[in-house]
Amino acid sequence: MSGPLRLTGTPASGGYAEGPIFCLEGGAVSYVAKGSGAAEAEALRAAIEAASEQLAALAAASTGEAADMLEFQLAMLTDDSLSGTAFDAIDAGVPADEAWSDALVEQIEGYEAAEDEYFRARAADLRDIRQQVLDALTSAGDRIAPPGAILFGEDIAPTRFLATDWSAGGGIALSKGSSASHVAMLARSRGVPMVVGLGPVPTDFQGSALLDAEHGSILLGDASEGADLFRASAEAFAARRRAAEDHLRKPAMTTDGTPVRVLVNIADPADVDGIDITTCDGVGLMRTEFLFGKELPDEETQYRAYRKVLEWAVGKPVTIRTIDAGGDKPVPGFTVEESNPFLGLRGIRLSLARPDVFRVQIRALLRAAMHGNLKVMFPMIAVPEEYARAAALFAQEARNLADTGEPHSIPPLGIMVEVPSVAIAPELFSDAAFFSIGSNDLSQYVMAAARDNTAVAALNSVTTPAVLRLIASVAEFGTRHAISVSLCGDAGGDPAAIPHLLEAGLRDLSVAPAQLALAKVAISGVRL
Amino acid sequence: MSARAAARVEITHEVGLHARPSVKFTKLAKTFAADVEMALAPEGPWFDAKSIVKVMAAKAPKGTILHLRASGEGAESAVNALVALVERDFDEAAEGEAHVRTA
Repeated sequence: MSGPLRLTGTPASGGYAEGPIFCLEGGAVSYVAKGSGAAEAEALRAAIEAASEQLAALAAASTGEAADMLEFQLAMLTDDSLSGTAFDAIDAGVPADEAWSDALVEQIEGYEAAEDEYFRARAADLRDIRQQVLDALTSAGDRIAPPGAILFGEDIAPTRFLATDWSAGGGIALSKGSSASHVAMLARSRGVPMVVGLGPVPTDFQGSALLDAEHGSILLGDASEGADLFRASAEAFAARRRAAEDHLRKPAMTTDGTPVRVLVNIADPADVDGIDITTCDGVGLMRTEFLFGKELPDEETQYRAYRKVLEWAVGKPVTIRTIDAGGDKPVPGFTVEESNPFLGLRGIRLSLARPDVFRVQIRALLRAAMHGNLKVMFPMIAVPEEYARAAALFAQEARNLADTGEPHSIPPLGIMVEVPSVAIAPELFSDAAFFSIGSNDLSQYVMAAARDNTAVAALNSVTTPAVLRLIASVAEFGTRHAISVSLCGDAGGDPAAIPHLLEAGLRDLSVAPAQLALAKVAISGVRL
Repeated sequence: MSARAAARVEITHEVGLHARPSVKFTKLAKTFAADVEMALAPEGPWFDAKSIVKVMAAKAPKGTILHLRASGEGAESAVNALVALVERDFDEAAEGEAHVRTA
């Protein structure tokens, strides 16, 4: 055994593993032709049957997304249309492994050519199916990884992941692979450490290794040098994860038992795919700028995006902010060039200046409101007239939808508190159903320090007395007039700012999904 | 028996006739003795609605009008049941808004 070899890649699922290496591609057995067409056909039939039985057993032991994937693979594998061309090829003298592989390549290429991303992703399932039958043909699938092993190779099939016993630890280290793959998602949900993109790796390595999937590296071979440090990092990681998970599953509460609602900010409907709805109290801010990337989106595209998030939230509140373009978020064909965009035509000002665009979004929101607990808020409100005009547009579009018999409902309409005029005189806005403090913009306007200018970044802080006093006065106004007040800026997920925000009277914070666990930990340490 | 039935239905499910809906669709189709076929256009091509390989290969996105036809025993129940499944967004969404016209 030569000296230790260190390879670096990209973490796909955090964690640490120490154990024997199990080479995924190593020991592959090549297929031995059976000699007659009838024997080849029989070998393929038996291999398909063996692979199907294995899939059925895995499916029976799985739940949720994994079970759905396995059931789909099983349905494909047991459909004679899949193997038909392979059996035809065998009749024409092609050996079983080649016939099967060719038949599947045709299918895989069909999916890879699909326009729709969802259908394209099914190519991976077909590759998995192909491999399972090839393994059964060569008995390669019988090789079982020892408990606690680090699976090592080019890539790994989801079924291989599911068939592996992870109860004794272990991990995955791949020369290729992707952190967006199905296996990576499974690994994250099971807490199996995984590193991808390690580059060329030895395929015949024997011995043990240290896998650091927090930073993305693997140490192969004699590791006596760094083993102590590695184990200390592994323990620290496990302790952090336990603490965060404990908090993630529990409702947020201060040391003295005051409950705090913690919601998430999302920028894209796809963001919710990675969030367990039971770990948060809903969506405090869904941005809609993502829809306005290259061109102005039609009503149906918007409706689908809003509905997806509402259905995901299963009745918990989802606050969608109408388009907040302008400022640092230009949209071609919508925003205008200005010398001082943060003080210009942005947020609700722009929406009211372009009612043709705004009405499309309003109709999509009114229709989406039928699918969950929707709230809508307007950004950059400075005077009560802006709120009144926006609310009137909602009423008008609701009448138009009623005339055409389209199901819809008018959601509670609230405002962002980010222009100081609102924070100073909230009583002028008591028609709004709720307030949501946009702490990033509120502090940049109060402190006259642009968010995107690092030279003045130190000034732009939510914990300055002036900003905190405004937040406290808005929170107090809300309590007196039964208008709910939440906060959805970056400060909501900042452990250093959280104690100040709770002391200012806030009990609803909306944070980036990645900050959810940390924010709950920070809240639990606050004594009010 | 020479019972025949046909219908068309719009796919309103978010990502179309994808993996999970296709599994449900073909499983349901297989519970009927009748031959069931589907197509994406009234003139065809028609393919076996009991084969998930064929159904998935259609890559039918949301908004597709699915044409269904069946012949043999229970043809009408087969078509009605499949139309209902598509209308219910394959039982995956809280509410669906499929529009159906029986031919």
